Amino acid sequence: MIAVLALLAGVVLGVWLDPSVPAALQPYLPIAVVAALDAVFGGVRAKLDRIFDDKQFVVSFISNVLVAALIVYLGDQLGVGGQLSTGVVVVLGVRIFGNVAAIRRHLFRA
Amino acid sequence: MSSEEQSETGTGWPQPAPPGRPEGPGGQPDPRPDAPDPDELSPLAPREEPDRDGAGAEPAEDVTVGLPGDRPAWVGSVRSRLSTASVMIAALLALLGFTLVVQLKTTSTDPTAGATRQEDLVRILSDLDARENRLRQDISGLEDSQRQLRSGEQGRQAALDEATRRADELGILAGTLPATGPGLTVRFEAGAKTISASRVLDAVQELRGAGAEAMQISGGDRATARIIASTYFLDGENGSLVVDGRRLTAPYTITVIGDPATMRTALNIPGGVVASVQGDGGNVIVEDREAAEVSALHAPIKLEHARPVS
Repeated sequence: MIAVLALLAGVVLGVWLDPSVPAALQPYLPIAVVAALDAVFGGVRAKLDRIFDDKQFVVSFISNVLVAALIVYLGDQLGVGGQLSTGVVVVLGVRIFGNVAAIRRHLFRA
Repeated sequence: MSSEEQSETGTGWPQPAPPGRPEGPGGQPDPRPDAPDPDELSPLAPREEPDRDGAGAEPAEDVTVGLPGDRPAWVGSVRSRLSTASVMIAALLALLGFTLVVQLKTTSTDPTAGATRQEDLVRILSDLDARENRLRQDISGLEDSQRQLRSGEQGRQAALDEATRRADELGILAGTLPATGPGLTVRFEAGAKTISASRVLDAVQELRGAGAEAMQISGGDRATARIIASTYFLDGENGSLVVDGRRLTAPYTITVIGDPATMRTALNIPGGVVASVQGDGGNVIVEDREAAEVSALHAPIKLEHARPVS
């Protein structure tokens, strides 16, 4: 419940403050958001699997975001930023699909 | 530890089903009263709710739980570790929601250059360059065809102008078009004898020989006839003159377009037209005209037999 409320609060805050993304962060923010989404879906799945651990969730969330941003940064330095970020998005998308499938099996048993 | 057991039976409805069946009907009523209250499909809520004793005040306190400041006041040291983790999770999720919205707004408000990567921009630029080159080629090709069409049009226009000019010349020669230009008026005034048709014909021949280009003859009653190649002159009744079937009365005036000096000389040669008329007692008055008007028209001649060669 707290998590949902916090998410809603963040959304409301984002709508209300309406900040602009700094130029330095612009390439990394989308990837970081996708990585965080992956962590969140993984957390929900773990919750339903009864193996949810607060510390693990926090660490995986932060490390997911940082690693995703690092990969994109590295790709930008190597000149393959576009392709590498696409790859990261694909990998994270596959993981999100897997997690969502597990969640769906839990909720609807199908 | 008891709180965790309660939360597990309360939240997960996949879990209590298997243990409930083997226990029989007696075990089933227990999870049911617990289930409706905390089961909101929210992962975190059931963990804290069983910590509190008061069951009736649950919905009201749900909101206050979200504030981090309330928590350390009434939870123990073991739960403070758990609550800091929850606070971290809440903060991270709030951050996620925040960035998600910000990113969505950025992407939707500025879908073009600002949010695009550098290499994408380079690619877009090269695409635009190639497109510009193609359009440039199109432009040059179209300009070429435009030039060709224009030159063709100019050729047609020149041919049309030439044909018009020729038609005008032929029209003047055939007497179907009015003409103007430098020339003379030649006025025949009868003396004792009337001016005969042969005198007028002599004058016309003389003028033709001197390069006259267009002529008309008018009588005293303003009747006018255009003189062309086929015009004939006859002596009419009462000293009148018949020109192409039209009766003209004295005095006659020939308006002629051509070189005035040459025609004047041709008329004035010894034994010429002027001398002959004066010998008959008449008079010929020759006047120069800056712009002699030959306005009488001859009906176009319909050719019945002759056809153009070619």
